Amino acid sequence: MDASQEEFAIRVRDLVVGFGRQTVLDHLSLDVRRGEILGLVGASGGGKSVLMRTIIGLIPRQGGTIEVMGQPVGGRKEGAATTWGILFQQGALFSSLTVRQNVQFPLRENLVLSQELMDEIAIAKLEMVGLQARDADKYPAELSGGMTKRVALARALALDPPILFLDEPTSGLDPIAAGDFDALIGTLQKTLGLTVFMVTHDLASLTTVCDRVAALADGRIVAIGPMRELLQSEHPWVRAYFHGKRSQMLQHEMR
Amino acid sequence: MNSEPLLLATFSGDALKLRPEGPWTAANVSALETLSRSVGANVDRSRAVTLDLSGVSALDTLGAWVLEKLSRRAASSGRSAEFVGVADHFSGLMDEVRQVNRHTPAPVAAQNPVLLRLGDLGKSTVGAGEDITIFLQMLGALFMAVIGVLRRPRSLRLTSLVYQLYRIGWQAIPIIVLITFLIGAIIAQQGFFHFRRFGAESYTVDMVGILVLRELGVLIVAIMVAGRSGSAYTAELGSMKMREEIDALSTMGLDPIDVLILPRVAALVIALPILTFIGSIAALYGGGLVAQFYGDMGPAIYIARLHEAISVTHFEVGILKAPFMALVIGIVACSEGLRVKGSAESLGRQTTTSVVKSIFLVIVLDGLFAIFFASIGM
Repeated sequence: MDASQEEFAIRVRDLVVGFGRQTVLDHLSLDVRRGEILGLVGASGGGKSVLMRTIIGLIPRQGGTIEVMGQPVGGRKEGAATTWGILFQQGALFSSLTVRQNVQFPLRENLVLSQELMDEIAIAKLEMVGLQARDADKYPAELSGGMTKRVALARALALDPPILFLDEPTSGLDPIAAGDFDALIGTLQKTLGLTVFMVTHDLASLTTVCDRVAALADGRIVAIGPMRELLQSEHPWVRAYFHGKRSQMLQHEMR
Repeated sequence: MNSEPLLLATFSGDALKLRPEGPWTAANVSALETLSRSVGANVDRSRAVTLDLSGVSALDTLGAWVLEKLSRRAASSGRSAEFVGVADHFSGLMDEVRQVNRHTPAPVAAQNPVLLRLGDLGKSTVGAGEDITIFLQMLGALFMAVIGVLRRPRSLRLTSLVYQLYRIGWQAIPIIVLITFLIGAIIAQQGFFHFRRFGAESYTVDMVGILVLRELGVLIVAIMVAGRSGSAYTAELGSMKMREEIDALSTMGLDPIDVLILPRVAALVIALPILTFIGSIAALYGGGLVAQFYGDMGPAIYIARLHEAISVTHFEVGILKAPFMALVIGIVACSEGLRVKGSAESLGRQTTTSVVKSIFLVIVLDGLFAIFFASIGM
C-alpha cells in the first residue's frame, strides 16, 4: 500500500460531466481524505447530486478520472455494496420489503450466511442507528420521515462499507431529529471508521459534524477546508452562501 | 498478516482461551460461522472464557457480532467471559456491539391453523361486501356528478373528456380492428371447415353475423378496453393518490370525482359503443375475406347472405350492452385506483385486481343481458 492510497478515499481529477450541450461539472478536482466527513455545498441545480451520482457510477462522465479507495471507477458494479453505502434523499427503501428485509437485502445478495446470523445482524444495525427490534417488521410506508432515513442508513451500512455517501441526510427532518441524525452520523463514523461524503444545505450539519466543507460553484470546487476557513473565503458565491441573510441569522444565534 | 480468519482455542484447566486471528469481516462470513460453530461445544464445557483480540487484523460489525455472540454464549450460564487485547480502533465498535440485540422481542404465538383459515374466510367475506359498497358508492357519486353537470353544463371538464376520448378511443382503434378482424376470420374459417361436411357452408355467414354482432364484437372489445384503458386508469389514479395529488385537489375545493373520474368514465361510455361498432365491422370484413379465399364465396354473395341473416335487432343487442360494460369497467378501474396505498407493490396489486375484476364483471353482465334479451324476445 502506498501513501496516496492510505490518505485518500476518493480522488477526482478533471471530471467533466454534461447533459447535451450543457456542461454541469467542468474539470472538477476533489480529494476526500480517509476517515473524514466532507460536506459538499452548492447552489440548487448546481451539480452537487450530479457529482455524487457520477462518483458512484450512476451518471456517465465525459472526461477525467475517479479513484475510490485507490481503484479507478468505471463500469464496475460488482461488489459496489461492499465499497460504499448510499443514503438517497428519499431513502429509496424497497417498498415491498419489510424494514428487516431491506437491511438484509445487501447481505443476502452479497454473502452466504445463515438466516439466524442475518436476522441478528439486521437487528444489530437497526439498533446502531437508533431503532428498535419491534420496528423490524414494519413496511416502509408505515415509517415516519426520520425513521425512513434511519432505516436507509442501516441498509447503507449493512455491509460495513468504508465509504458512506449521504444525499441531503437532514432534509425534511425537524431540527431535533436533524441534530440527532447528525450526532448519529458522527458516532457511526467514529465507531466504524467511515469516510463520509455528505451533500447538504444544512448549515448546522456543516458546522457540527463536517471535518471539511467543499463549495461547488460554476462546475468546480471553488473553496475547500474547515468551516472556519470557508467563512473567510473571498469567493463571491461562497460569501453569498455563508454571509447571506439566512446564514448570518443562523450563525449569529449559534454564537 | 493472515488473509483467512482463524480461531485458535487453547485450554488451560477449565479456562478456555480463544484467539481469533486475521480479518474478521463480512467478506469471510461463511468461514466465521464455521469457526464460531466449531468452538461452540468447547465454550459450553469451559468455566471461564477469554477472548484475545490482539491477532485480529480487520474487524467489522459482522465479525464483532460473531465474537460478541461467543462471549454471550459463555456468559449466559453464569460463567465468566472477557475480551482482552482489543485494539484501540476496534474498541468503539466492540462497545457498540455489546449494546445491541439485548432485547429479544416476544415471539408471536403460533395460531390455530383452523381458526386462521376461518379468519381469512371471514375477512374475504367482509372484503366482498366492501367491494360491493365501494362500487355502489362510486356509481352514486358519478350519478350525482352527472346531475351536477346537467344542471351546470359549463362545469363539464371538456378538455379532459376530449383528451381521454382521444387516448382510449382513437388510439385504441388499430389494435381493436386488428384483433376483431382476426377473430371474425377465425370464426368464418371454423364455420366453413365444419359446416362443409354436411353441406351447410352458406350458414357460416349466419353464424359469423349473429355471433359477432350480438356477442363477440362487444365482448372482445370490452375485454380489450378493460385490459388497455382500465389498467391505465387504475395506475394513473393510483400514482396520483400515492403522490398526494388527489389530496391536493380536494384541499383546493375540487371534487376528484368531477375532475378526474367523470371525464374518464364518460369517455369510456362514449368510446366503447363506437369501438364496438368499428370492431364488429372489422370482424365481418375478416369473415368476408375468409369466405372469398377459403370458402369460395364471392363478396356479393357474402353480403347478400349477411343481409338475409341478420337484422337491426342483432346489431342493437350488441351495441346496447356496450355503454353498460363501459360503466362497469370505468367504475372498477377508478375505484381500484383510489384504493392504492403508499407502496409500489400496492399499485401493481390494485391494477391487477382492476383488470381481473372488470373482465369478470363484463362477462357476468353479458350473461345477464343474454337472459334479459331472451326474455323480452330480442
